[in-house]
Amino acid sequence: MTSKRIVLHFPHRLVDQPIVYKLVKEFDLKFNILKASVTPQEEGLMVLELTGKKENFDKGIEYLNSCGVKIQPLSQDVIRNEEKCTHCGVCVPICPAGALTVDQESRKIIFHDKKCIACELCVRICPTRAMEVRF
Amino acid sequence: MKTIKEINEKIRKGEAVVVTAEEVADLVEKKGLKKVAQEVDVVTTGTFGPMCSSGAYFNIGHSKPRIKLGGGVCKLNDVPAYTGLAAVDIFLGATAIPDDDPRNKVYPGEFKYGGGHVIHELLEGKNVSLEATAYGTDCYPLKKLETAINLKDLNEAVLFNIRNCYQNYNVAVNLSDKMVYTYMGVLKPNLGNANYCSAGQLSPLLKDPCYKTIGVGTKIFLGGGIGFVAWHGTQHNPGVPRSDNGIPKVPAGTLAVIGDLKQMKPEWLVGTSMVGYGVTMIVGIGVPIPVLDEDVVKYAAARDEEIFTQVIDYSNNYPNCIPGSLAQVSYAQLKTGKIVVQNKEIPTGNLSSYSKAREIAETLKSWIKKGDFTLSEPVANIPGAESGYAFKPLKQNPSLS
Repeated sequence: MTSKRIVLHFPHRLVDQPIVYKLVKEFDLKFNILKASVTPQEEGLMVLELTGKKENFDKGIEYLNSCGVKIQPLSQDVIRNEEKCTHCGVCVPICPAGALTVDQESRKIIFHDKKCIACELCVRICPTRAMEVRF
Repeated sequence: MKTIKEINEKIRKGEAVVVTAEEVADLVEKKGLKKVAQEVDVVTTGTFGPMCSSGAYFNIGHSKPRIKLGGGVCKLNDVPAYTGLAAVDIFLGATAIPDDDPRNKVYPGEFKYGGGHVIHELLEGKNVSLEATAYGTDCYPLKKLETAINLKDLNEAVLFNIRNCYQNYNVAVNLSDKMVYTYMGVLKPNLGNANYCSAGQLSPLLKDPCYKTIGVGTKIFLGGGIGFVAWHGTQHNPGVPRSDNGIPKVPAGTLAVIGDLKQMKPEWLVGTSMVGYGVTMIVGIGVPIPVLDEDVVKYAAARDEEIFTQVIDYSNNYPNCIPGSLAQVSYAQLKTGKIVVQNKEIPTGNLSSYSKAREIAETLKSWIKKGDFTLSEPVANIPGAESGYAFKPLKQNPSLS
């Protein structure tokens, strides 16, 4: 089984197409939508956790590519600006995914980007605005 | 047992024994109070948290022709500065925001930029725009000024924070069923999180809880440079309940601090945005504690387990000045990442960076060890618990208006 969190960028012409439906129907993939939006420029954006047999998963990704959907791994989307972060820790109890934790020894804040679901709650509440979105 | 003069002699010779407030606790456990009091000369502390009553004053120099900013309007990167002083002296507060900031009109406001950010950018060496209008006089005829200023060109640039370094602080929680946006951060409904704001066992006034060594004139680490304690801070409140170890169990003493901004570093004075609340500035402060006797060591060696604070509801009780603590917790409990209030386990978050506080205590230690930083003798005491000095609420008397 393969399970990955990915970000899909849908170009304008695909916004009204049932792409995710095909992932389920034809490739037997499970999905969990973490975030979805359509920007004023009508580019669609979806953050998805996609799970299925390795073979099907790869075929699904191939299908997405062939349609013209741009795929980006989620861990590159919310990043921490290391120069701005003061390691206070006010973000820790806010993160619903447990992606921000305190190292008990150094008392520094660790950002586990693989656990991040890109909800962006930390982005707004960070006092120094060190959490940045790069969709 | 020891005097500051003797300790300074050792510092100048590079022989002083300096440890941080964390290290002194370990030493006392290993060697005992008496031995540590003999061997250690200075204990260093540190804190790095948002401190709203901060700001800086500047003398920008005279334009040609002259302008009198006093009574006029002056903005630095659109952030209004106080002008009610002489011709070209201004004061910029950390919480000031541009007139056109939407504030909380679109709730909760973002508060992206303000006085704290301007101070940070000046320290980064950036040019800052200055726009001023004045009414014009015979001796100060200019009515409008638009220029860029740079920290290095200003006559005086002085950080002057009238309340910093709170001795202990509340833990903020939210008992309501709505999200609340506070200076203690975002508080999730129904005890969703508990935010605190102190360096605990590293925090300066928690390590000298009865102000035995810290006084007016104490030389300190301030914003990455050198500063001084100017006075006790506003809202100084020494007469609060204390534990047997002398440490206040609620917010108590405060310090007013001052220092030349030009020798400070942007890393240690950082503009801060609190969503739904406003703008402020994170200030880095470290205070050296001279080990004059065993008592000083005893106080300085208190650990997070021995320092307690109160859990306060910020949805209704705090805004309406309703007294009452939901729970008393230690900083050791807070640092585990969860506390229990009303039988509910709540995740904790700190607004004050402990790792940066540690870095400040270490930096100050290295300055003193190198002989670069000697200690100053306080010239006046800070009012203590017995002084009767107290923080009073406002006397609201509409009949006088």
